[in-house]
Amino acid sequence: MKKMVVSAILIGIFVLYCFLHAQAAPVAIVPTATPTSRSSSSSTATPGTTPTPGATSPSGSTYKNGTYTGNVADAQWGVVQIQVVIQNGKITSVQFLQYPNERNRSVQINSYADPILINEAIQAQSTKVDIVSGATDTSNAFIQSLSNALSQAQA
Amino acid sequence: MKRLQLLMGMPITVEILDANATEADIERVFAYFRSIDETFSNYKEESEISKINRGELAEEASSDAVKTILALGEQTRQETQGYFDIEHDGLIDPSGIVKGWAIFQAAQLLKEAGFVNFYIDAGGDIQVAGTNNGHPWRIGIRNPFNRTENVKVLAITDKGVATSGTAIRGQHVYNPHQPEKPIQDIVSLTVIGPDVYEADRFATAAFAMGKRGIYFLEQLAGFEGYMIDYSARATYTSGFERFVLSDDKIS
Repeated sequence: MKKMVVSAILIGIFVLYCFLHAQAAPVAIVPTATPTSRSSSSSTATPGTTPTPGATSPSGSTYKNGTYTGNVADAQWGVVQIQVVIQNGKITSVQFLQYPNERNRSVQINSYADPILINEAIQAQSTKVDIVSGATDTSNAFIQSLSNALSQAQA
Repeated sequence: MKRLQLLMGMPITVEILDANATEADIERVFAYFRSIDETFSNYKEESEISKINRGELAEEASSDAVKTILALGEQTRQETQGYFDIEHDGLIDPSGIVKGWAIFQAAQLLKEAGFVNFYIDAGGDIQVAGTNNGHPWRIGIRNPFNRTENVKVLAITDKGVATSGTAIRGQHVYNPHQPEKPIQDIVSLTVIGPDVYEADRFATAAFAMGKRGIYFLEQLAGFEGYMIDYSARATYTSGFERFVLSDDKIS
């Protein structure tokens, strides 16, 4: 009998906990930030060759001198567009004309209280490392747009 | 023996320290990545994924590897409150899960071949095995605002490390002289997990959660995370420091 009562109380507490927990469940809110329009940014872009006036190609080099703009390539979170400058047959500059600058997906934000986590200002480290971990989200699109620009520069 | 190749649109580095490693062993790893690219690339018209997206191949008729990835993608979607989804606008883009999975499988190939001390780094997502001459592997977390710098150095053995983020965007946005600018988003999130497949998929999902991502990781057993936001401040999970190699620990 005693066991029954204890079990009943435990179950009761559990049900009550579940109920309260459900009440405190995260509320999804729609973010107010609106991403810069992807379609407009890619439609205003004018992919194609814009060679520097009077550019000449030294004989024997792989690329013709000039400024070349790659196509607009789709990265996971936006678009990437590359411009390369070739001088004396060598790449002297690679520039991003466009890069993903806003998240394209709506993000749900939960409103319940957060645990306290440690926070610090980032600081450059001098220790030598074997490997480096970093983001590569845009690399595929980068290479696609870059190879497009370079194919235009082919002698 | 250390080799680098540009595959799947990213640099892939394989280093095996065991003395018996040969060129053929490393080439097998690269060949595996090439086969993965042939099957899963959205950029290759003849890949199975491209065929599925054009409606020319039914998911049920796809190869076992594709079925596995689709199932893992769905599992991850459920485990991450829907933040991870390989389907965008009705099209399948499995790259978010294929990368980590492929690195993990490639590492398994090396393990099955008997290798003990090695790492595979595919575009900054890393599986390490064993040690570097008796010491844990040292993995730097790249500064998203300055690609030539590391902001943390980790000491890692037999684990996976993956970073999700937008390093390029950060360089343009960072302004330390405007601290009053509201912080809306994060620029980089590094995850240490039991293997690179686990680390990569949860890094991707947690990054999509924005500032909440680090709390999601805090609740996951076996995972640690280091998140960097627009203001160049980092927030990290409570167990993260165990893996940090600070400058003063090295003489």
